[in-house]
This record gives sequence, structure tokens and C-alpha cells, in this order.
Amino acid sequence: MSGTDRLELWIAALLTLMIYSFLYKDNPFYKFAEHLFVGVSAAYYMVLAFWNTLIPNCFGQISPTLVGGVVPSIGMQPANPIRWVPLAFGLLLLLRLVPPVAHLSRWAMALVIGYAAGANFTRYLQSDFMVQVQSSMVPFVVRTEAGAIDVGPSVSNVVLVVGLLSALAYFFFSKEHTGLFGRASRLGIWTLMVAFGAAFGYTVMARVSLLIGRLQQLGDWIGSIF
Amino acid sequence: MDIERLRRIDRRWIFLLMAAGVWIPLLFRPVITVKPSPIVAAIFEKIESLPEGSKVLLSFDYGPSTVPENQPMAEAIARHVLHRRLKLYMDAAWATGQAQAEQCIESVIRTDFEDRVYGEDWVHLGYKAGNQGMINAILGGIRNLYTTDVAGKSVDEIPMMRDVQGLRDMSLIVDIGSGLPGVKEWIQFAGDPGNIPVAGGVTAVEALLLYPYYPRQLLGLMGGLQGAAEYEAALVEKYPEYLTDSKALTIMGPQYVAHLLIVVLIVLGNVAFFAQKRRDDRTRKGRAG
Amino acid sequence: MRRQIPLLITFFVGSMLVLAMFIPHEPFSASNDELSVWFDIIASFAFILGGGNLLRVHGDKIYRRRRDWIYSVVTLAGFFVMLAAGIVSGARAQGNAMSAGSLFAFLYDAAYAPMTSTMFSLLAFFVASASYRAFRAKTREATVLLVAAFIILVGRTPVGYYLTAWIPPPLEFLEIPNLFGWILAYPNTAGQRAIMIGIALGIISTSLRLILGIERSHFSGD
Repeated sequence: MSGTDRLELWIAALLTLMIYSFLYKDNPFYKFAEHLFVGVSAAYYMVLAFWNTLIPNCFGQISPTLVGGVVPSIGMQPANPIRWVPLAFGLLLLLRLVPPVAHLSRWAMALVIGYAAGANFTRYLQSDFMVQVQSSMVPFVVRTEAGAIDVGPSVSNVVLVVGLLSALAYFFFSKEHTGLFGRASRLGIWTLMVAFGAAFGYTVMARVSLLIGRLQQLGDWIGSIF
Repeated sequence: MDIERLRRIDRRWIFLLMAAGVWIPLLFRPVITVKPSPIVAAIFEKIESLPEGSKVLLSFDYGPSTVPENQPMAEAIARHVLHRRLKLYMDAAWATGQAQAEQCIESVIRTDFEDRVYGEDWVHLGYKAGNQGMINAILGGIRNLYTTDVAGKSVDEIPMMRDVQGLRDMSLIVDIGSGLPGVKEWIQFAGDPGNIPVAGGVTAVEALLLYPYYPRQLLGLMGGLQGAAEYEAALVEKYPEYLTDSKALTIMGPQYVAHLLIVVLIVLGNVAFFAQKRRDDRTRKGRAG
Repeated sequence: MRRQIPLLITFFVGSMLVLAMFIPHEPFSASNDELSVWFDIIASFAFILGGGNLLRVHGDKIYRRRRDWIYSVVTLAGFFVMLAAGIVSGARAQGNAMSAGSLFAFLYDAAYAPMTSTMFSLLAFFVASASYRAFRAKTREATVLLVAAFIILVGRTPVGYYLTAWIPPPLEFLEIPNLFGWILAYPNTAGQRAIMIGIALGIISTSLRLILGIERSHFSGD
């Protein structure tokens, strides 16, 4: 193991133990690690956004020769003056930090919101509504190749469609949940409870996996000491 | 059994029990047999069916926080794609995904596929900001955003990028994700509008939310560490030489032990609760009588 | 004017994107692509805004010597060290700040990655504690949730297999591993699909309201 790798392992292990100390109780070591994490995270995202998007797609398109001094391949691409527009909007966004002119950041927010609204409108309409309805149109009577009724898939399809409709009934709050509608809504709650139970089980799986990963690395650190 | 003590147990004892429940099996590494489920096998079969030279986009949309679940998935897919001599395109819609892609390159390509040539067999395009905007931008034209690869080389100088106009040129998109943007956004902004097959590998938390997309919009899905282990099992069954590279399979033992521990804790908690409730009811009835 | 211009921008951009779906020809397809890049660029500036805001909040805390201000020094120190490392590393490696052997990559592997992972792994302990203290079968619905969770938790373990391995062939669908797969494919899908459709309808209506300027609450308060 090289010196750099060893140093990296030690720093990682010490920061890990500082954070785990919170499980005993809140303490200055945990607070130190927590605050360091916040600062390091913010800078990480800034750096990546700068080098990966702003340099090649904004500054590199506005002034390829200037950026080409640092990233030569960008210097060879043609200029695209229209990228002054998103640069201007980006700078307007930064004005949010200057209270007297903070309201100008609304223009950039408006573009972002307009884009998100326009993109999501069509995408959710297609992928999360129309295709989902289409996928729910399944036969209630499924036959085997021999022509007999295949009970398992038939019952399962009934469960799928009835479960979906009853869960949708539960979410329909414009009508009082009484009578037949109320009973359908009740069945919907049971369907949702099964879904949430499954979600709990999977959530446990996810969290435990993360713990396994950390303990593995702590194990590597202890192994490197002995 | 002192029910009151059981009910009021300090949670730090539970934390210790949890740590022991995971650490002890990690030391012993019990071998667990895992069978691929149909939803995971679908991804394996798709990659098996692609002709040599097909283009596969592998998107790294996760960070170090979900590495134990997502990294084995990404590495298994990369291994499979390169073994089948398909063309591997790597990108990231998460800022932290770029580093995970580098890790995959070190663990898989530089160790098992040293003969594969960068720019001809695999390429790393890197991260671009914008979440679903990024996916929307590259659907129509990959050069809308990707003018260079991660190392600053022009994409026009990369041989395997020459016949790639946009995402529609991909035979398969595999997204390894743990949030937004992730598999859902790849389906919404690439798979459905571009009619491109999309498969996913996600954390267990997210897996269940994606079941409605399967199989019409989502070709297959690896959910959590279990999903990663199933894919590795499928890979090892077909190509036994990759057994020693199976990370997820080796830590399923601690995973299962922890699951059983949680079940025991839930049962114990309910036993204590109902025993206390019965005692309180008896006391109340005694006072009323 | 303060409100009209942002509303016009939202309307114009939103409309262009919706039209691009129904008219996939020039100039709408090109404007769809270009607007996507603009969105990505502004999103990148949002990261810089986040950094700036961090400086403002913690700088103010240090200046006014508020409670725990010394930790704000730690935050800003970590921020500036990482930022400097990133800018220099990127400049040295043609824009690839995460190049192998760079200081930025070292700080990522030594500090950022382990801290992120550890923060999230704390949840495993809290899930265990919550399972013991809070997960109660008090009602029939809670019992249904508990039973489903139990099947999912043990479904793929050897215990789950052996618990119901005795079930005879005609009833093998009741075996826990089979129930595991069935729950995910049918009732879970039904419930999740209902939620998905509900959310989709909400997003569709909210998006339309935003584009048409009916929803303006996000512009108030400045």
C-alpha cells in the first residue's frame, strides 16, 4: 500500500469513526465532521459544474480561443454566440445573493421553471399516465396454450386492476368515502399497506447495505494496522 | 421477562446489536446461493442477445453513499458488456457518478480488459449538469452537451463516437441510479420518446417505485444488493471466470442476517407492546371492578 | 413589470417545449435542444449560487460570533481547500478535475466519499431502533403492512425458504419466496402505479398552471 493510499485510508477511517460517535451521543468530533462534510460537498459540486458544464458548454462556446488555453480541444470548436443568453441568465441567478437586486434572479428562475414545467408536462403525461393506464389493461381471463383457464395469472391480473382502481378511489377526495365507493377506498388502503410493507422491507435492505459497505472499509483499515 | 425493561431498552444497545449482526457475518463470509429473478434475468438476456459491436450506454447516477448497492451492479454490467465485445459508453448525470465511473474503469477495465482500446471499445464521457435537461439535450444530439470526453479530448476525434448522433443510436441504455435523476428520468426523457430499451440498477429504496414501468417501459431492473447479487449470479453461471469479481454475492450473508435481526426486533417490540397493553387492561379492569 | 417579464419567460419557454413534442421539426426540435442546454448551464450556476450562499451564511455566523461559530470556520476551510484543489486540478488536467492522482481526487476519496457513505449508513441503526420501538401491529392495516414487510425481509433468505419448504406442490404459490415475487409484481405494482398516476395528474395540472401563469406563488415574497 502506497503512502498516499495509507493516508487516504486513515483519513477516511477517522472521519467515519467521528460520524459514528454520534450513535453514542452528539459530540464535538461529530460536529466537526458534519460541518466539514457540508463545506467539502458544496465545493465538490461547484467544481464539477464549472469544469464539466460551464467551461465546455458556456464559456467554451462563447470564447473558444480563451478556454482553449486550458482545454485545447475546446479551442478548435466554433464559437456559438447564443450562449451569451444562458450566461446572462446564470449571472442574473447569482444576483440572488445581492439583496437590492435579488428580484432580477426571478428571470432565471422563470426560465428554469418554464423549462421544467414544459418538459414534465409532456413526459409525465406520456410515461406516468398514458402508458401506465395502457399497462393496466390486462386480461382478467388468461388461458394456457391448451386453452384452459390459467388460474394463477388470471387472479393476479384481477388483483392488479382491482387494487389499482381501489387505490385510485382512495386518493379521490372530491367524493365522500361512503357506500360502495367507501368500501372500494378501504380495499385501496389495504393495497397501499401491502405496497408500503414491501417498501419498508426494501428500505431496510438498502440501509443495511450501506452499513455493510462502511464496516467493510473500517475492516480494511483495521487490517492495515495489523 | 421484565416487560418494562424490555420496552424501555436504551436504543444504543440496539445500535450495538445491529453493528454486531453485520460485522460478525462479514468476518465469516457465509456463502449464499442466489438465483436470478425474471426481472434481473431480462437484463442479462438482453445483453447476451445484442450482436457484437452494439452500443450500450452505462450511466453512473449515484454517489459514494450507495456504492455498496450500485457499484457491484455497474461493474457487473460493464464486465458483461465488454466480455460480449459490445461498445461501452459511460456517462454520468450525477456529479458523483463520474468518480464512480473512474472506480469502475480501475476495477473492471484496467484489470480484466486491458486489451480493450479506449475510444474504440469504451469511452468515458463524464458528467454533465442539468438532470433531466441533460438527458433531453443528448437525446436529439449527443454533441449538444458532449463536445469532449472526460479528459478534454474532442468527441470527433474518438472513433466510436463518429457514428453516434444521439441516444437513439444506442442499442441499450443501462442506468445505475439512486435518486433524481435516475432510471425514471431515463425512461421519461430517453426511453419513451426515443423508443430506446432502458434497463436499470437502483437502490432497494427506489426499486419498488419502478415496478409500474416493468416490462413495457423498463426492460429489467436490479433492485438493491439482492439485485446486484442476482446479476452477478447470472454472470458467474454463464462465465465462471468472474466468480472472484463478485462483490455483491460475498456480502449477501451479512445482509440476510441483518434482515432476520430486524424481524426479531419487530417481533420483540410487538411482544413487549402487547404484553404491556394486556397488563394495563387488566389493571384498568381491576380498578373498575 | 417585475412579475410580467418572468411570467412571459415561463410561458414562452414552457410552450416551446410542449410544442416541440407535437411538432418535432425545425425550429421546435432545435429550440428544444438549445433550451435544454440553457437549462443545464443555469443549473450549473445554481451550484455556484449554493456555494455563495454557504459563504454568506457561515461568514455571517463567524462575523457575529454566533453559537458554534467555530464549526463554521471548519465548513469554510473545507470549502476553500476543496474548491482550490478542484480548480487547480482541473486546470492541470485539461478540465478533468477528477483525474487520477490529482489532489481533488484524493480529497474526494479521503474525505467526501467516506463522509457521505457514513452519514447515510447511520440510517441502518435508526431503522433497527425504529423497527423495535415504533413498528406496532395496532390496527388491521398495520398488521397487513407488517406481514408484507415480513415476507419481503425473509423472502429471499434461507430462513424464508425453509419456513415454507414443506408446502405441497399444488399450494407452492404460498411459499414465502414465491409470495415475495408475487407481492412485488402485483399488489405493490398496483399501489405504486396508483400513486404514480396521482402524482402524474398533479404534475400535469401544476405544469399547465405554471406555463399559463395561473400559478404565481413562486414569484411572490421577494
